[in-house]
Order: sequence, then C-alpha cells, then structure tokens
Amino acid sequence: MATTDIAVPAAHDEPKRGLSYLEITSGLKSWLLTIDHKRIGLMYLGSVIFAFFLGGVFALLLRAELLTPGKTFVDAKTYNQFFTLHGTIMVFLFIVPAIPAALGNFFLPIQVGAIDVAFPRLNLASFYIYLLGAFVAIYSIITGSVDTGWTFYAPYSTETDTNVIPMVAGAFIMGFSSILTGVNFVVTVHKLRAPGVTWGRLSLFIWSLYATSIIQILATPVLAITLALLIMERAVGIGIFDPKMGGDPIMFQHFFWFYSHPAVYIMILPGMGVISELVATFCRKKIFGYKAVALSSIGLALVSFLVWGHHLFVSGQSEFATIAFSFLTFLVGIPSSIKVINWTMTMYEASIDLKTPMLYALAFIWNFMIGGLTGIFLGVLSVDVHLHDTYFVIAHFHYVMMGGTAMAFVGGLVYWWPKMTGRMVDERLGRVSWALIFLGFNLTFFVQFIMGARGMPRRYYNYLDQFQKFHQFSTVGSWVLGLGFLVLLYALVQSLRSGVKATSNPWHSLALEWQSPSPPPLENFEAPVVVTHGPYDYHLVKTTNT
Amino acid sequence: MGAAGYWLYKHRRRPGDEEKLAKPTPHSTAIEVFWSVGPLLACIGLFHWGVVSYMNMRVAPGDSVQVQVRARKWAWEFEYANGKITDQLYAPVNKPVRLIMTSQDVIHSFFIPDFRVKQDVVPGRYSTLWFQATEAGTYQVFCAEYCGDSHSNMLSKVVVLPPAEYDAKVNEDDTKGVPLVDIGKKVYEGKACNSCHSLDGSPRVGPSFKGLWGKTEALADGSSVTVDENYIRESILNPNAKIAKGFQPVMPTFQGSLKDRHIEGFIEFLKAQK
Ligand SMILES: [Cu+2]
Repeated sequence: MATTDIAVPAAHDEPKRGLSYLEITSGLKSWLLTIDHKRIGLMYLGSVIFAFFLGGVFALLLRAELLTPGKTFVDAKTYNQFFTLHGTIMVFLFIVPAIPAALGNFFLPIQVGAIDVAFPRLNLASFYIYLLGAFVAIYSIITGSVDTGWTFYAPYSTETDTNVIPMVAGAFIMGFSSILTGVNFVVTVHKLRAPGVTWGRLSLFIWSLYATSIIQILATPVLAITLALLIMERAVGIGIFDPKMGGDPIMFQHFFWFYSHPAVYIMILPGMGVISELVATFCRKKIFGYKAVALSSIGLALVSFLVWGHHLFVSGQSEFATIAFSFLTFLVGIPSSIKVINWTMTMYEASIDLKTPMLYALAFIWNFMIGGLTGIFLGVLSVDVHLHDTYFVIAHFHYVMMGGTAMAFVGGLVYWWPKMTGRMVDERLGRVSWALIFLGFNLTFFVQFIMGARGMPRRYYNYLDQFQKFHQFSTVGSWVLGLGFLVLLYALVQSLRSGVKATSNPWHSLALEWQSPSPPPLENFEAPVVVTHGPYDYHLVKTTNT
Repeated sequence: MGAAGYWLYKHRRRPGDEEKLAKPTPHSTAIEVFWSVGPLLACIGLFHWGVVSYMNMRVAPGDSVQVQVRARKWAWEFEYANGKITDQLYAPVNKPVRLIMTSQDVIHSFFIPDFRVKQDVVPGRYSTLWFQATEAGTYQVFCAEYCGDSHSNMLSKVVVLPPAEYDAKVNEDDTKGVPLVDIGKKVYEGKACNSCHSLDGSPRVGPSFKGLWGKTEALADGSSVTVDENYIRESILNPNAKIAKGFQPVMPTFQGSLKDRHIEGFIEFLKAQK
C-alpha cells in the first residue's frame, strides 16, 4: 500500500513566508469587517471564552450557596437565577458554538486545503447574529434575569414574573447563527476540498463537524419554532401549552427535546473530532478504524434524532413510547463505544507523547467513559424512574459536556494555539492547569452520582442535612476546578505576551494545517495545496531511525 | 480501562524517540467480534430487565387503595376515599397504594426515593403511581420537577402504618375538640402558607401575616379593603379576586381542600398574629 514516502519537515527547514493573516492588515475595522475565516474564528474564540468564564462564575456562586442547607448568602430566587444563567450561558453561548464556530471556523477550511469557507460574508453574518443573540440574552440577565432553568419548561416559564422573553429571544436568534454556520461548513466540505483531499482523507475533526452541521441544519429550526411559540404564549397567551385553554405542557417538552437532544450531539461530536486529532498526532499513529470512527459520527447524528423521548420517561408519555425510546437510547451506545475503543486501540503500542493537549485528550476519554457508562443506567427504564431529575443526571451530563466537550475544547485550544497565534503555551503551566482541572472536575462531580443515587433532587436551594457532606465536598472540588481554569487563562495570556515562537509544525503532525506556516498567511497556504496522503498516514513516513 | 492505563505507561514516549513512528494496529476479527457481541448481549439483557421492571412499576394491582394527590406551589395534599384530607400521605403496610395525581398550577413531580418511584404531576391531566410498602415507618417525599422559589421546600412524608392504625388515622376527625387557633396553625404549616406568608413582617411572595388583622390593605386596583373575616375567607377560596398592592396574582385556590372549621381556625390564628 505504501507507494508514497512522506517527509516530515524538520524544525530547521521552516518554509519561507510572507505576512501572516494577523499582520496583513491592522486596526479595529480590519477585524470587525473581516471575512477571513481565521479572524472570525478568533472573534468567536474570544466570545466563547468570555461566555465560559461568565457561566463559570455562576457555577461557582451556586456551588458556594450549596455549602449549607437553606440560606448561605443568597435567597432562593437568586439561587434559582444562578443555576438558570449557568445553564443557559453554558449551553447557548459556550458549548454549542465553542468547538464548531471557534476552532472549526479556523481549521475546517485549512484542513480541506481551501482559502476560506464557501460563503465568507455569511460566515461574518453568523458571527454578528451570535453576538446579537448574546447581547439580547445578557440584556435579559441585567433587566430582571430568569429563573426557569435552561429548559424553560411550560407552564412555569409562561407564569414566572422574571424576564423570560428576552432570554428566549436571545436563544432564538443564536439558533440562526448555528444554522448558517452549519450550511457554510457542509458546502465547504462538499465544494472546496483541495486536489487530493478525498473523502477518505478528510480529518476526523471534519467528519465530526460535518455530522454536527447536519444536526444544526435539521434540528435548530425546531428549537426556533418552540421558542417562538413560548414567546407567543407568554406575550399574548395563545394557549398551546396551557391546559386551561386546551393546550398541553408536555408538548413543550417534546418540542424542546426534539431539538435539545440532537443538540447534545452538536455539543459532543466536535469534541470527539478534536480528540481523534489529538490521539493521532500524539501517538504518531494512524487512527485505528478510521472509517468506523468517521461513520460513527454520522451514525450518532442520525440516532440523535430518535431518542428525545428519554427525557420524558416520568412525564406521563405512553408506556409504549417510553419502551421504544429506551430501546433507541441503547443504540447510542454503539457508535459512542466504537469511538472510545478505537482511540484506545490507537494508543496500543503507539509512541505516546504526553504533552498538555494529549493529557486533555486522556481526560476526555476517562470522563466520557464514566459519562457514557452512567448513561446506560439512565437508559434502563426502571432505574431512570428513580434517578431522573436527581444529581445523578447532573453528574452524568457534566461528565459528558464538561468532562468531555470542555476538555476537548481546551485540549484543541492548546494544540492549535501555536497555529492560531504563532506562540507556544508554556508546557509546565499547561500541565498544572490540566492536573487541577482534571482533579477538580472529578472531585466536584463524582460525588454527585452518589448524592443522586440516594435521592437528592436537582435544582434544590434547600436540602436535607444528610446531603450536606456531599455538597460541601463538591463545592470544594469546584474551587480546585476554578483555580485550574485561572491557571489556564494565565498560561494563555502569558503565551500571547511572551510565549516561545512556534514553528510551523511543533507537534510533528501530518495533518494538513501543520504544513502551513504558524500563523498561516491570509490564503492559508503559501502555495496552492495538492495533497498526496491522509492526515494520519504516519506509517507511510520515511525516517532515519525506524 | 486498566489495559488502557498499562499501554499508556508502557508506550509513553521516551526522550530520544521523537521520530519514532508506530505501525497501524492490524485488524483482528476475533477481538472485534468479542468486544461487539459481548456488550451487545449485556445491553439487550439490561434493556429487557428495565422494561419488565418498568411495566411492573406502571401497572397497579386491582385491589389497590386509591388516594387522590393534589400538588400546588408548594405543598402536597392527599385525599382519601372517605373525603379526609391530609398533608402527609398515610399508607397501610403490605397493601398496594395507587395515587391519582394532578397539579393545580405548574408541573411538579412526586418522588419517594426509598420506594424508587417518581412520576410527574401535570396540570390538566391525571398521572398515576403505585407502591407497596413492606415496612411501617416514615419515608421522605420530594418534589423533583423544578417549580419555583420554594421548590426545595415542597416536601412531605409517607407514613406507613399497620392496618388498624391506618384505618383509625384515616377515619379520625382531627378538628374535633381542638382549639380553633391550633387548627389554624396546622393549616398555616400544612398547606404551606408559610412558604409565601411570613409571621415576622417580612414580605415574601405574599404579604406577611404579622399585624395584618384589622388593617386597611391597599389593593392593586387602587381601592382598599379592611382585613376582616369575609376578606380572609374570600382570599382563601378565590385568591385572585382582590390582590394586595405590590404582589402578583399567583396564589392557588384552597376551595375544596379546607373545610369551614379549618377556615374559621385559620382566621383565629391570623387574629393572633399581632
Ligand atoms: Cu413542585
């Protein structure tokens, strides 16, 4: 099979280069009106990092309030706003756009060897739609806030006296940004692949973004309709969710989860894509079962549309529907475990370089495995009846979202940081942040499985004394976690100010983006790209010492 | 997982082999079949067990004791076949009990962790749940679906009694021979009036009861009313008829869940809050 020999560029033969995308123009206007996908990616990156810290502050506040039962330092209404804002900000402002819109925007075009996305102006429009939605949401926080939980369940959300309409409108607006980015990515992958970038040579990151884009395009409109109905219900009382007027509050839950369950895969699939990149690069080995991993992304995207009912096992939906949804939920386990097994098999007998990004990838695999296995508990009907709406569910989805996607985001960020900024992140600080985050995360959330299994319901301001030791343990964990992110932030700022200059390929990767200078020129590559090998074909490399 | 950790250690990159490249792991059908079929069988087994136990949980035996459950912000109310209403759920030991539940405002969820049962309680429809307690004792009830400010105080208890005690409890008249003001205090606590109306003068969701009696209360529509027996009775049975200024019309009605003697007791209790 090996007919092409690939030479990995060594550190000393850096390609000659012109101005990078960061140097070619300057001034505020050159950023605000840019149609360069890299600059748009960076603006998204700044926004999602800001949103992450904002959402994180609410998380730390609500954990601090839970140090004691009853009032610790705020009243119940404020606590309810804390968890609502934490959830809403993290879901709609951070985790949905984090990897696709920030890292994806930057690297999807480069990885297919294109100059930009298919519709650069639309890309900029998506960014401004996201910003508009974010501002509307933040306006709602300032003018009275929201206390419905991020799920906005009717009829509570139609009755509460807090400022639900702007928050829902913000999420509604941000949905369009998500749809347009999805369209842009799908067209880019279909139409703008450079010569030699066949479907079989697409990176697994692109496969995951492609699958994500399909979900964004198909599912997000349903969210938009649901939120629009909720706004109408609240503003003019159309009664679609109101039993007093013949409506049905459970219908809201069906509508909501018809989007929000696929959205879980909008959140996790890109993270899985990042992990595939990290594992391949730091093991210097072809991903085990490339095809299976690529197709499992598409598989997850399809199955994700069929399992929304597992959020409604105790809502009163019919027993038959419940059993069907339970069965379909088990199917999710297949593509998920294919990925985990294939990453693990890739590490088998590989040459594993435990640099910071790889450490984050291992954290992802560990946390995702716990998140996935506890998901099986929740899929078993009679067990879910007990665990539903308890801290067990909180812990489960934080293991997938925070322990999974957020770890992948940070891993990807540190991995691609040299390419984006031209500077390295300090390895020592990176490892310290990793250790604190990994430890803090597990301290915070593992104990919540135990609490939940013992019956501690979620969204509780006050709680029985028997749960206090668990809550205190978890809160202390959240401080370690918070400290870890501060160290990481410091490491990133320090890298920008005085980081070591990056070579074009500091990780010795074969993936296409590393064959261009760091940071890349405006057109992404110094010369038009012709690709002769896949991004993981390490076995084809000819070197001196193997 | 253990294997992954071992590979990680054994194959960590040592200094000096920066350029070392690994060969792709060869395909092994035997291993793939092993790790696909094994978990698949386990999953089918789990699914089957889940469905069977779930169906047992959903279908109540025909001879169950029936109790009506009403949820409202933020209290539970239980009504037995003889019309008796309680704030805690009384249940006979070793007999199936079937709950027919509905909500008077938003969605709540009835959760008894010790019995491993939970069911959402939805406005505008009935949902059901059954259990059979095998040991006398007191068990915690939570509301598990977020329902607002006092969601975490929407608690109750299941009190499981031997059959004779259960019958006595359900048939006793708990207002007979009890001073009115004590009945009122029980209503105040049992119907969770305390989650919205304080006794110390601090306004919560609703006005405080301290010093309320006899006062002239300003109303949201600009008029005013004197707090007397008729105003209190109306506010309990038709709470949105007159809204005190500065408050939202959010109080649920207690029509049907309080008898006259309860209301009279409550009025006496209110008079005592000076
Ligand atoms: Cu409730």
